[in-house]
Amino acid sequence: MGKTLAEKILSLKSNTDVRAGDIVISPVDLAFVQDTTGPLTVREFLNNGFEKPANPAKTVLFIDHAAPSPNNQLSTDHITLRDFAEKTGCVLSDAGDGVCHQLVAENIAAPGDVIVGADSHTVTAGGTGAFATGMGSSDVAVAMALGKTWFRVPETIRVVCSGKFQKHVYAKDLILHLIGLIGADGATYKALEFAGETVDNMPIADRLTIANMAVEAGAKVGLFPSDETTRNYLKAQGREDKYQPLTADSDADYERTVNIDVSELEPTVSKPHTVDNTALAKDLKGTKIQQVAIGTCTNGRIEDFEIAASILKGKKRHPATRLLITPASRTILKQMIKKGYAETLLDAGAMILPPGCGSCLGLHQGVLGDNEACLSTANRNFKGRMGNPNSFIYLASPATAAATAITGQITDPREVL
Amino acid sequence: MKGKAFKFGDNISTDHIVPGRLAHLRSNLPELAKHVLEDADPTFAARVKEGDFVVGGNNFGLGSSREHAPLVIKMAGVSAVLAKSVARIFFRNAINRGLPVLICDTDKINDGDELEVDLKEGTIIDITNGNRLTFNKIPAAMLSILDEGGLMPYIKKNGDFKM
Ligand code: SF4
Repeated sequence: MGKTLAEKILSLKSNTDVRAGDIVISPVDLAFVQDTTGPLTVREFLNNGFEKPANPAKTVLFIDHAAPSPNNQLSTDHITLRDFAEKTGCVLSDAGDGVCHQLVAENIAAPGDVIVGADSHTVTAGGTGAFATGMGSSDVAVAMALGKTWFRVPETIRVVCSGKFQKHVYAKDLILHLIGLIGADGATYKALEFAGETVDNMPIADRLTIANMAVEAGAKVGLFPSDETTRNYLKAQGREDKYQPLTADSDADYERTVNIDVSELEPTVSKPHTVDNTALAKDLKGTKIQQVAIGTCTNGRIEDFEIAASILKGKKRHPATRLLITPASRTILKQMIKKGYAETLLDAGAMILPPGCGSCLGLHQGVLGDNEACLSTANRNFKGRMGNPNSFIYLASPATAAATAITGQITDPREVL
Repeated sequence: MKGKAFKFGDNISTDHIVPGRLAHLRSNLPELAKHVLEDADPTFAARVKEGDFVVGGNNFGLGSSREHAPLVIKMAGVSAVLAKSVARIFFRNAINRGLPVLICDTDKINDGDELEVDLKEGTIIDITNGNRLTFNKIPAAMLSILDEGGLMPYIKKNGDFKM
């Protein structure tokens, strides 16, 4: 019997032959934290007598969630991380560099890697063929200390995607549709593995968007095969040597298979307050939106701003709708400037926030007022997520977000083009 | 373990438990604990007593990896979380903090019921309505961590993963 991608990667990494249900001790290629989970990791690490990470060069502390810091407490947390990096030689990624998951994809993740991060969206790197998963502060502290962790090898749900996207329908619509279909706990504990002709032709940016949201269906990982697209992505970063092809075996054992014909998809929106509460954008017409946020580790890449800029070019945001743009990394911000997207978006009335998490988790920059609604390209719309439990968050693609910014109400992007 | 049930609905996220807007309190846990579950029930923190139970529905603890969520639930005195199902990272974090998570049919428990839980027997007696529930076995790997009181004590004792 063949292996799923999850079984394959964990077997290769641990040098054992493991199957779904087995417990495996696996070395980790990268352990990381961010500034809202990292201080607890550092305290657990030091208070339990650990001195140095097993692999300082494979241990990264990201300051991205509160970047720059909005208050003295978080500033002091940042000092905790900087001091720890200084003392132990592990890597610091400071405020302004960008969101951890984007930087991991841009600089570190490679197919076949096992990556653990103290952030649930660590799954993002599955887009590059890495077994990447989120854990809590203590688990990551131990992974840092020992250079390994334990997993139960997950069962896998295979998602086979066929067909071509209609115009103005994107990877984000696909993943929102999938979560609406299987539910916010539809893949709890499981691996989601993506395959099919649509996936074979899918750029890495889209794979990252989809993998990023695997956790919103409860999944442990969202895995993509590693193929020529992956090789070219790594090559563009000067890391082609990290490439290895990886596909699931054709006779692998799946818990179930979900088939999606992407040509049937339409612009999709998650309504408050759960991600699986999906509807079509066209059916939400008339829903007034006071803030549109384009960015985050889900959709803050240059491809996303290209889409937004193409829709907003020569147009203005609706006067009652604020438009927040948050590039996921400094590299992306520089590309936005170089390609003219920054100017287009500014001319349309946007605010550009520093690279990082921006308004995504409600601790600064773009907190919503009472009864306000935001349409965001992020991955989560839980009650209170953007800093106010008396507000409403809708999730959608950058195209739907840009169209909504123009009209001030939820808008199917096909209507403004 | 004996205590009162505090009943919550489905999909109680880590944002309900410790919202991002309170991220500045994460290095001040006693202060953060005063806000535990605030966005699900603003009166919970003031009412919960040592030994009580948090009783959720489906998919309890979904969302972020913040370990502060089970940590402040435990700090509030809660002796176990009962739910129909639980999100993966929350489950692992709770066990790592020595907070038992018991998967059972919580529809049979009402808010305010007096519960008695026997971890070894795997039973929950609802003293108020007389129902007797069983809960799913905690997986062996996690039980070995829970038995030591959490991940750090486990690693200190064993020096490594022994599973
Ligand atoms: S952008 Fe949002 S979802 Fe992504 S890491 Fe930051 S806070 Fe989390």
